[in-house]
Amino acid sequence: MLALSEAPAVGSETSTPWTNAQATPLVEIRSVSKQYGDFTAIGDLSLKIYPGEFFALLGPSGCGKSTLLRMLAGFETPTAGEILLNGEDMVPMPPEKRPVNMMFQSYALFPHLTLEQNIAFGLKRMKLPKGEIDSRVEEMLQLVQMTTQAKRKPHQISGGQRQRIALARSLARRPKMLLLDEPMGALDKKLRRETQLELMDIQHRLGTTFVIVTHDQEEAMTVASRIAIMDHGKLMQVAPPIDTYETPASRYVAEFVGDTNIFTGSVTAAGSSALDFTLEVSGQSLNALPQPGIAAPDARYLNVRPEKMAVSKDRVDDGSNYLRGRIDEVAYLGNLSTYYVDVGLDQRVLVQMTNSQRFGSERFAEDDNVWVSWYPQDGQLLDR
Amino acid sequence: MNRHLSWFGITSLTLGLAFMYLPILVLVIYSFNDSEMITLWSHPSLRWYEKLFTDGNYWGPAWTTLRISLVSSVLATILGVMISLVVTRMRKFKGRSLFVGMTIAPLVLPEVITGLALLLLFIAMGVERGFMTVIIAHTTFAMCFVSVIVTARMAEFDMSTEEAARDLGCGPVMAFFHATLPAILPAIVAAFLLAFALSLDNLVVTTFTTGPGITTLPMRVFSEIRTGVKPEINALSTMVILLVTCVAITSSLLTKRSAAKRVAAADSPPATSQLASA
Repeated sequence: MLALSEAPAVGSETSTPWTNAQATPLVEIRSVSKQYGDFTAIGDLSLKIYPGEFFALLGPSGCGKSTLLRMLAGFETPTAGEILLNGEDMVPMPPEKRPVNMMFQSYALFPHLTLEQNIAFGLKRMKLPKGEIDSRVEEMLQLVQMTTQAKRKPHQISGGQRQRIALARSLARRPKMLLLDEPMGALDKKLRRETQLELMDIQHRLGTTFVIVTHDQEEAMTVASRIAIMDHGKLMQVAPPIDTYETPASRYVAEFVGDTNIFTGSVTAAGSSALDFTLEVSGQSLNALPQPGIAAPDARYLNVRPEKMAVSKDRVDDGSNYLRGRIDEVAYLGNLSTYYVDVGLDQRVLVQMTNSQRFGSERFAEDDNVWVSWYPQDGQLLDR
Repeated sequence: MNRHLSWFGITSLTLGLAFMYLPILVLVIYSFNDSEMITLWSHPSLRWYEKLFTDGNYWGPAWTTLRISLVSSVLATILGVMISLVVTRMRKFKGRSLFVGMTIAPLVLPEVITGLALLLLFIAMGVERGFMTVIIAHTTFAMCFVSVIVTARMAEFDMSTEEAARDLGCGPVMAFFHATLPAILPAIVAAFLLAFALSLDNLVVTTFTTGPGITTLPMRVFSEIRTGVKPEINALSTMVILLVTCVAITSSLLTKRSAAKRVAAADSPPATSQLASA
């Protein structure tokens, strides 16, 4: 079986090393930037990735996430800054000398080699004895459940199988860190979901640090222990999936991760446990809770996720925020119904309600006059 | 689409083939003619083939031609591949499009101009014309054909394959030989064969650049024809046709095989078929 000795002990204290200032990172990116002429691909970026993490780089295309990954692999050289691996600067090291391997988006299998020769490729370069190479290839084929296809060539297998071989090939050298560049980009949706779970399982078993680049936020949320959301070469937020969704650091993150409603306004009255947030457009006052880290006068936006809101015919006096509106558009998705409600502001409010009963759930139609409501604690104040 | 040929299709196919191959067919048939008169059929014989082999008049030029073709096509292949590497790898350098255009230009330039230009260059440089100058001339035009063929293949080559080799422990040179070369090898072989065939039957450029004592087969044939076509030329031509045909077929088979492989790779069953077995 695989050498699990290198795996870090996954315990409750060590499973969130980023909260511990004493924890030693595997990789430390120190104010790295990358310029292409006038274009800044990465701007003064610092980041720590800890051993055993499944770290996701998430962002729209052109945000610099692939450039960052390619810097870790050694295919791009930073214009400035350091990349430390176990405290040693990796920047001067060429890709072939780094204890890091990459799985390419196109898989980049060698078409003239059989699957087992593909996996053995990196091991032969390490000058391992033949018996060792054979046993590691066998081990990898078992890991990705491809033992029966070993003698085939890449063009004789399916896309999903090629993806597995690419994974096996990049893990065969037992890298300290595996880099995955959009590894599921070429798979269809159903297979992608299955592969995500398998990838998590493999990562868990090997304990290897995985860094994945993706533009699919659902994928990042599924697999990652922490997500770095990037835009224009900068980190917008680095946090576990739940925090990026429930406590986004900015309006950009809130809108990038999932759907949301952003109300613009300012705090007009602040108590110790409750605030009045007055909407800029209508002057309407809403109840909100103080947000740690944000001084009340700085708050500019109120962020409310659509599934935290409800649509109802009548108003009940339960301390919720209520907005009067008319349903503009209804999208029935089966498990959910999405209502686009015109509440007389400049924007339509998006409300998602679960269809938890086959026929019992109350449904609304276009042009119905309704109340949109949410509890004050489900809204989040943002200052940027 | 209708897979059967229409009358129109059959007619144009017949006409086209006849247009191209009837002259060659006549030549091949008449090479087995016994008569001294090239236009008069008497009875079949291998007389002219026998004369060709005993005569020795053509063996010297044939040997010269083979040596020139072999050396110049090897040089053209090496230089042509280097051009392709520059064109496909170095995406940004000053005058890149000019450079690309210049590598294609000799394909459309009249051979007389290429030949004359080279001749003037050799005279200006004071180079003694002969075996070497012909090789240089043939290399010059053949490498353009090589670069066009190899560039086309390189353009569709996934660069991340070479990066994967680097990632898995190869230095830059090793990565090229382990990852890139195997993938583009069929195109290189096909380009080499084309360069060889082009050099083999070149007359114009050779005439301009050759010197005393160096006569290639096409030159000998051409000078013989000026004093009237001799029947052994037919036999000789038939043999050259056979050789060139073999080279052309091999080259096309190689190109097709690698293309088929790539198509198979792209068309392989969709990823979902994996589900059933997983």
